[in-house]
This record gives sequence, structure tokens and C-alpha cells, in this order.
Amino acid sequence: MKVNRNRSFYYIREGISSIFAHGLMSFASICIIVAFLIIMGSFIMLALNINALIGVLESENIILAYVHESLSESDARALEPRIRAIHNISSATFISREEAMQSFARRFSDSNMFEDIDVTIFRHRYAIYVEDVSQIVQTQETLRNIRELGNINANHAIAQTLVSVRNVVTWISVIIIAVLLVISLFIMQNTIKLATYERREEIALMKMVGATNAFIRWPFIIEGFILGMTGSILAYAAVRGLYELAASNMFLFEGGFFSLITFSTSISIPIFLLFIGIGFAVGVGGSVIALNRYLKV
Amino acid sequence: MIRMVDVFKEYSNGVKALKGVSFELNAGEFAFLVGPSGSGKSTIISLLVGEIAPTDGLVIVNGQDMDNIKMRKMPYLRRTIGTIFQNFRLIEYKSVYENVAFAMRVIGAANRDIRQRVPYVLELVGLEYKAKSKPDELSGGEQQRVAIARALVNNPKLIIADEPTGNLDPARSLEILLLLKKINELGTTVLVVTHEKPLVDQFSQRVIAIDGGRIVSDAMDRYYNYESQ
Repeated sequence: MKVNRNRSFYYIREGISSIFAHGLMSFASICIIVAFLIIMGSFIMLALNINALIGVLESENIILAYVHESLSESDARALEPRIRAIHNISSATFISREEAMQSFARRFSDSNMFEDIDVTIFRHRYAIYVEDVSQIVQTQETLRNIRELGNINANHAIAQTLVSVRNVVTWISVIIIAVLLVISLFIMQNTIKLATYERREEIALMKMVGATNAFIRWPFIIEGFILGMTGSILAYAAVRGLYELAASNMFLFEGGFFSLITFSTSISIPIFLLFIGIGFAVGVGGSVIALNRYLKV
Repeated sequence: MIRMVDVFKEYSNGVKALKGVSFELNAGEFAFLVGPSGSGKSTIISLLVGEIAPTDGLVIVNGQDMDNIKMRKMPYLRRTIGTIFQNFRLIEYKSVYENVAFAMRVIGAANRDIRQRVPYVLELVGLEYKAKSKPDELSGGEQQRVAIARALVNNPKLIIADEPTGNLDPARSLEILLLLKKINELGTTVLVVTHEKPLVDQFSQRVIAIDGGRIVSDAMDRYYNYESQ
């Protein structure tokens, strides 16, 4: 038991001292992990923002359902619970004929031209928001089952375009993130291979004096773990810092097209865990794989 | 201690390095293995430390058949062999003390044992006053003495020295061989591989000569017998 404690202490001490003994390679390994995670993190944040923007546009895509002209305002308002009960409808706002005419009149500079127009030419209507824009056609069909509703207008083309854009963005994001992941693993493995190659004499010597493979591996695993974790944490801090800096600058243009999403815990925790996971896989996995070729003696 | 019976070794590139080598080295013996470059000396060393397997024949080291040893048992066999190399193979960023202690840490020795044994072997090779120095602060002869201390520290039954004086001047070379002789007199079997005839000639010891992958002479003599045949 004493020997095992000695060994554990030895592995940790060797792993840490090796980081400083091969300072340049350690620095290069951390830099590569940080660089790739920053690129990956930046792309993830970009993809999340594009997705959020599409979400905003989708939420503004409404169905206009006109109430049959024979219904009084109170009867028209009474339809609201039946409309809200339909699947995929997130909200339904009643617009009376008077409100519809006022809204219409606001589009024109000369409001006097509407003075003699009878308000009954406008119909009561509902502005209906959907949860999933890709199901807008089915939702429209279901609304047609309510006989008290007349025309039901939805802009299928915009809805379809938004769905297509979201799908394309999602797929491009997944592919680019996967490619970045593969490239980073490849480059990291080569960096570790290079670091291990530099120490092949030391490994050969350990084999020659009777070290078991496990004894040789552990300090490398601990070294890889520390380098991977250091790289991950530095990259997370950099991505978060840079993003929040960018977001605060975008805030200045809030009146413009859109503002960046906030780095909330629902985003930061998964990204932190992803970075830690990649750092672990690259640091520890890379060390084990790179070391294997020198242990087959 | 060492037994090679009709050993052949052909590498994957077709080079036939050994062509029926047989010799024995018994416990407590001291012998030189001599021969020119490309004669097969390095192949014999590689076979003895288990780096390669023979194509045919029997290689037994410290009672273990090297062709049938399981990979997981190899480290334990290597702990019974102390190996010394021409280029010393010291770890540059470790001190003299740590380079020697390293061989004990590898086998899981307790710190208390390391603290007792390392100063003893450093004193044996005359380097106790250099314990804190780094290898690049030492002369070639001193570096080789550190390598000998490292080979000795686990009290091996057998020491194989592969061209231990190859990088040293004649005076330092003689010092190293006298040290190995002293170690042999303390009970350790020693096989010294070399191609330095003048050095071998200064000792009256068994000389095994190899040339072209065959043993051409094996005698207790102070000369390269095979050269005069």
C-alpha cells in the first residue's frame, strides 16, 4: 500500500515536472488547444446567434384568421379558447374591425380619406402565432375546421424559407464543428507525437531498466490531462471574454437589426463541459495513442 | 546466466545478422564480446535484452527463454539485467542522484530504500560528490560512471555494457573497464561489447570474437585470437 502511494505521488510529480522540463512543447500544446477551442467556440456562438435570429423572425411570422362577417364582436371574441386549444398555436390575439381599420389607416399619411368608410367593410380577426413554423400548413388546415372563421392567411413562402435557412444553418454548423473537432484532434495528436518523439530515448531507457507500460504511461497521462485542462479553461475564458466584449459593443447598436444573445448558464455550462471534454480527450487520449508505438518493445 | 544455442537472426530487409551463434556465459564470469562494425554484436545485445526475437535458435538469459517470454513479464526480466550504453543515455533534466534513483523508482522501490542505496552506488563509482550535478556538467567518463551506477543500483545478476568506452579517451576508457572489473569481482556477471582491441589487450579475460554473424573465436586470452587465425 505504501508502495502504491509512493507511485501515485511519483506519477503526479513526474507529470508536473515534465511539463516544465519540456516547457516549449507544453506551451505549444496548450496554444494549439486554446487556438482550436477558440475557433470552435466562436463558431458555436455564431451558430447559436444565427439560430436565435431565425427564431425571432419565425416568431414574427403570423397567421391571420378572419372571422365570418355575420358574427358579432362578442361571438367573435368567444372563438379565442377554441383557437388557442389547437396544437402548435402559441398565442392568438383578437383584433376588432375598429382596431383593424385604425391600423390600416395608420399606413397612410392622409387619415381623412377613411372618414366616410364604413367600418363594417373590415372583419374581426385573430393574429395567431405558432410554435413551430414548419407546421404552419397543418395548423392552417386545422383552423379551417372552425366554421366561424373565413379566410385564413399564412405566408407559406416565408415560413418555408425560414425553415430551410434554419435547417441549412444547423447542418453547416454541425459539419463545421465536426470538421474542426477532427482537425484539432489530428493536430493535437501530432503535437503530442512530436513531444513523445522528443522523449523516445527516455521512454526506451525506462523500458530498458524494467519499467512496466503502465508505469511509463501514467506520468504522460497526467501531463496530458493537465495540459488539456489548462488549454480548455484558458480557451473557455477567452471565448467568454471575447464574446461578452463583442456583445457589449453590439448593445450600442441595439436599435439596429438585432443584439447578440447573452452568455447565460444554459449556454455557458454546455460549452464549458464541451471544452473540458475535448481537452480531456485530446490531452489524455492523444498521449495514450502517441505513446503506444514506443511501448511495443 | 547467458546461453545462446545455434541462434540465427534475419531482419525483415533480408539482412542475415547472425548465422548460428552459440556461446555461454556463466554466473560470475567477465567476458569481452568483440568484432568489427556489422559483425552482429548489436544484434546479440538486442536479443539479450529482449528488443528483438531470434529467427531460429535458443536464447536464455537469467534462466528465461527469450523467445517464449510473455510481454508482460519482460519488464521483470529486464530488472535482473543492468545495461550500459555507449551514449550513456542519461536524462538531461534530472540530477545525477535522480538519474540513478530513477532505475529504482521504475521498479517501485520505497523512498527509504532509494535514500540508502543510491548514495552507496554513487560512492562505488566515485561520484558521491557530484550527486546534485546535471549530466551536462559532467565529463564523458563521469557520465558513463553515472550510467554504471544506474545499471548497478537494482543489484542485477548480469551487466551488459554495449561499447561503454566508445565515446571516451583511452585513460577514461581504462578507468571504466577497471570499474566494471571491480563490479565483477563483487559477484556480478559482466559482458562487455567492444571493438577496441588495445583496450581488450590490457586485460587477461575471456574474449568472444564475432565476425560476419558467426563466432570465430572464444578463448581465455589477452589477444584477439581470431585475427591471427
